[in-house]
Amino acid sequence: MTGLQIIFLIVTGVTLFSAIMVVSVRKMIHAVLWLVQTLLGVAILFITLQASFFAVVQILVFIGAISILILFSVMLASRVIQDSSPQVVKKWWLPALVATLLLGLLVNFLALWPGFETTLVELPEGSDNIAELGHVLISPEGYIIPFELASILLLAALIGAIYIAIDRKEPQSS
Amino acid sequence: MGFWRDPITFIGAWLRDLLVNTGLSPMGAELIGIVLGAGLLATSAMLLVIFLIWVERKLIGRIQDRFGPNRVGPWGIFQPVADMLKIFTKEYITPIGADKLAYNIAPVLAVASVLMVWAVIPFSFTVVGADLSVGFLFILAVGALGEMGYILAGWGSNNKYALLGAFRTIAQLISYEVPMIISALIPIMFAGTLSVTGIVLAQDIWFIIIAPAAALVFFIASVARIGRAPFDLAEAESELVAGYNIEYSGLKFGMFFVAEFLQAFTMALIFATIFLGGWRGPGAEQFPILGFLYLLIKTSAVYFITILFRATLPRFRIDQMMALNWKILTPFSLSIVLVMALVGRLVASSPDVFRVAVFLAVNAVLLVAVDRLITLNKRKPPREVGSRNRPVAQAEVLPAQSDPGASE
Repeated sequence: MTGLQIIFLIVTGVTLFSAIMVVSVRKMIHAVLWLVQTLLGVAILFITLQASFFAVVQILVFIGAISILILFSVMLASRVIQDSSPQVVKKWWLPALVATLLLGLLVNFLALWPGFETTLVELPEGSDNIAELGHVLISPEGYIIPFELASILLLAALIGAIYIAIDRKEPQSS
Repeated sequence: MGFWRDPITFIGAWLRDLLVNTGLSPMGAELIGIVLGAGLLATSAMLLVIFLIWVERKLIGRIQDRFGPNRVGPWGIFQPVADMLKIFTKEYITPIGADKLAYNIAPVLAVASVLMVWAVIPFSFTVVGADLSVGFLFILAVGALGEMGYILAGWGSNNKYALLGAFRTIAQLISYEVPMIISALIPIMFAGTLSVTGIVLAQDIWFIIIAPAAALVFFIASVARIGRAPFDLAEAESELVAGYNIEYSGLKFGMFFVAEFLQAFTMALIFATIFLGGWRGPGAEQFPILGFLYLLIKTSAVYFITILFRATLPRFRIDQMMALNWKILTPFSLSIVLVMALVGRLVASSPDVFRVAVFLAVNAVLLVAVDRLITLNKRKPPREVGSRNRPVAQAEVLPAQSDPGASE
């Protein structure tokens, strides 16, 4: 077992544990903190795959922007942050059964998948995968159309947010 | 002779040899070296803060026609040490109902997020903690962790003032992140790499000479990021009951304090690295120790300007701060990126002198245009929000207090 595998196992364990904690802790804010730890774990997994750009973007976007947004909305939206209702719904066995079946099916399928045999290929020292990524994103043979579609989607979201938040000029009463 | 040329690499190599000779595997020796280096860097950064606090108090004292600290040690230089010892002995107070986890983790996050930036800054030709290929993005990403710390401090304290203070701070930090990142795109664009070492190596001509407008926007945004005057309205001492850190005491408050000063110096360090050529200077490649000196001089110059800002400029109002960010700096930085990318492409193969001249002219045009736009729009008075009725407590509407002692 190499050092990389040990790190992978530890990080995966921590990530999975945090992911379970996200849905099982009582306090909403703690759930967000566990979510942050899960996202950090995923970022470390990216680092072990030598995808440092994705790791940093993961931290920048998901922790720096989205988690803070979630924290804000949790603080502002719920008057009672601590939920005291039971955490298990009635008839919990039905979704549990479905989930187990689904997991079994997925494991069955994935066991046949040849991707498991792929060994990790060490990237040559100093290879610049950001430049590659940039070229692929804007080249017509690459992913230019999904990239532009995503930008249009984000622009639409931005305009929508501005439309909702805009201070309409009401006739001043005084 | 190797020692005086490049002491840190020399000591590192010596230590590695020593450890390998005592029977450690080369990888283990490397690991110990990395851990020691990180510890040394973090410790010296924290110790530097003590000196910075003294410098700042002394300078601001002089500017305000006072002496500043002058009792402990020569020129009062040991005053921060005395303050630090005092803060060590203070009691930790955890407010009732505070979220222990969030409350205790917040100061650590605040300091750690600043210290992590130092890991990717090249201090000389040979000394750099980690030359990441995404170094600059890393700097921005760990800044996000610091924001996490502030919001946790505000929420975990179980105090409405702290929560509001955290909201104010976060709103300011997130807003000013936008022009900061966009203006930092210019050095990245010219260098063609995100690696901080790469950006330094690409500065045969300092980027502040090629792109003074971007440097100006970055500097203003970085002053706002560190929450210094004129952007210190998040915790304006003379107007508010402090910000997110109101419930903190003792060393935990000290950590926020240290984080704030270290953040100010670190921002100056980043500015010096990406706009002022970092460690570069005459002879810095041959004698890496000179690189430290050059970087220190450049950083101190930028830090000095930050202190001058703090000492001389009046505080912004919150709407002025937001208007400056969203109506001026963000469109300005976006137009700088567009224009510089276009012009940079057109003159890419021209000789350096011509290139610099064109860039300077473009920047001057941009700056003048923005200045004209601001002046033209200034004539319209801003629309007043809310009513003129200020909810100030007045003596006649206050309930009569029959027994001030027994109000509980």
